[in-house]
Amino acid sequence: MSMLDEAWAVSPSVALRPEPFGALAYHFGNRRLTFLKRPELVRVVTSLSTHADVRQALVGAGVPAEQHDAYAAALAQLAATDMIRPRHKPEDDR
Amino acid sequence: MTPTGLMTPAAPVRRPSGGALVDQFEYGLDAPICLTWELTYACNLACAHCLSSSGRRDPRELTTAQCEAVIDELQRMQVFYVNVGGGEPTIRPDFWHLLEYAVDHQVGVKFSTNGVRITPERARLLAGTDYVDVQVSLDGATLEVNDYVRGPGSYDTALRALRNLRDAGFEDAKISVVCTRENIGQLDEFKAIADEYGATLRLTRLRPSGRGADVWDQLHPLPHQQRELYDWLLAHGDKVLTGDSFFHLAPFGEPLPGLNLCGAGRVVCLIDPVGDVYACPFAIHEHFHAGNVLTDGGFAQVWRNSPLFTELRSPQTGGACAKCEFFDSCRGGCMAAKFFTGLPLDGPDPECVQGYGEHALGDARVIPAAGQDHSRRTPTRNQPVMLKLLTRPPVSACAESPLADFDPTQS
Repeated sequence: MSMLDEAWAVSPSVALRPEPFGALAYHFGNRRLTFLKRPELVRVVTSLSTHADVRQALVGAGVPAEQHDAYAAALAQLAATDMIRPRHKPEDDR
Repeated sequence: MTPTGLMTPAAPVRRPSGGALVDQFEYGLDAPICLTWELTYACNLACAHCLSSSGRRDPRELTTAQCEAVIDELQRMQVFYVNVGGGEPTIRPDFWHLLEYAVDHQVGVKFSTNGVRITPERARLLAGTDYVDVQVSLDGATLEVNDYVRGPGSYDTALRALRNLRDAGFEDAKISVVCTRENIGQLDEFKAIADEYGATLRLTRLRPSGRGADVWDQLHPLPHQQRELYDWLLAHGDKVLTGDSFFHLAPFGEPLPGLNLCGAGRVVCLIDPVGDVYACPFAIHEHFHAGNVLTDGGFAQVWRNSPLFTELRSPQTGGACAKCEFFDSCRGGCMAAKFFTGLPLDGPDPECVQGYGEHALGDARVIPAAGQDHSRRTPTRNQPVMLKLLTRPPVSACAESPLADFDPTQS
């Protein structure tokens, strides 16, 4: 199953700070700083938790279908540093 | 000419959308990502190269309540962590309170210390606090090299602090080294010390700022040492922190990890102990003064609207350096290093690896007067004494003997 069909959310220890180019994400646990370089990506990331899966979040943010795979790759990078995590994972598993 | 003497285009340029992150950073951010806050000018040491000419407390230093208000504002601005320094920040009586206050308000703290107050008890407290990083300064891997610039006893103090941190279970302390002519040959030894204490090595550049202006000629790495440092950094890149210090070395070859950009006023700034805001920690001088957190409407106001920062966020043309084929990799180097050695800000860095800086240092130049000086007025017992055995013959006979050329039979 692709990430596009899964339910994801911003990690509980992550804060997003709006910036002119997009946003800056800081993880208070692993102290990593990441930059979300496009406003569209910020909209996708912040709306993950209110959509049933990633694809719906992408559609909701107005990302054209042909760009979905590219966005999935960007989201996978965010997942690698725990900026976002799958929603089925228990919240206390930190 | 603009206030800072940088070459900027006449018309304001709009921020481009998309593109490389470094290009976005040139236009500045809504809040800094690397904010240094020096809590006091007081210090138990008197290091020869102190960036902030510290020693004596300033009577105007921010009170506890004023510091808390700054932290509240940083929290509102979502400044996620702050680099606290001084002076020696831990000798402020309210230091531990402010540390806790910051952490409780989602502002993580990384503080720099010479180790004097890192007792076993404090080390345990630190080990039990999230979002705190400790950075112990050490400028020589051996006592002789360290104490030569940092003063007698400072090596033992630093190593005792590292031992206390390790024994308390504090993980991944940082050992912060200012790279000098004296210690470039010790990089492997520094790494061994870091490994021994479960710490990470952090190397930074010697700046001619503060008292550093007085010893820079004598201490800054020689050209062949710059190469040695660059090669060492490339070999150890990801395991060593540099605070993006060495982007002036990038023209040696491939860029080093980091932004490779002068972040002054764009992503970096300094709040000093009296609340003055400067473009970067190496530029405590009225030339780089953006405002004051108490008198200019708070830190956010200064960061977002000061004319100095607005100017620093305009694209710069690079002046004489723009013609150099390596301009894209070093972008002219460090503004503070140029300013405090009396070089034009739109020309080469004094340590330009292409040799243009050395050439410029040979031209007529005026070294700016110090912006402030909190050095102790009288010598202290742990003041460094930077003397070396005389290697040149005396300049005149009377330098050898007060009775030189005196012949009692002739008087």
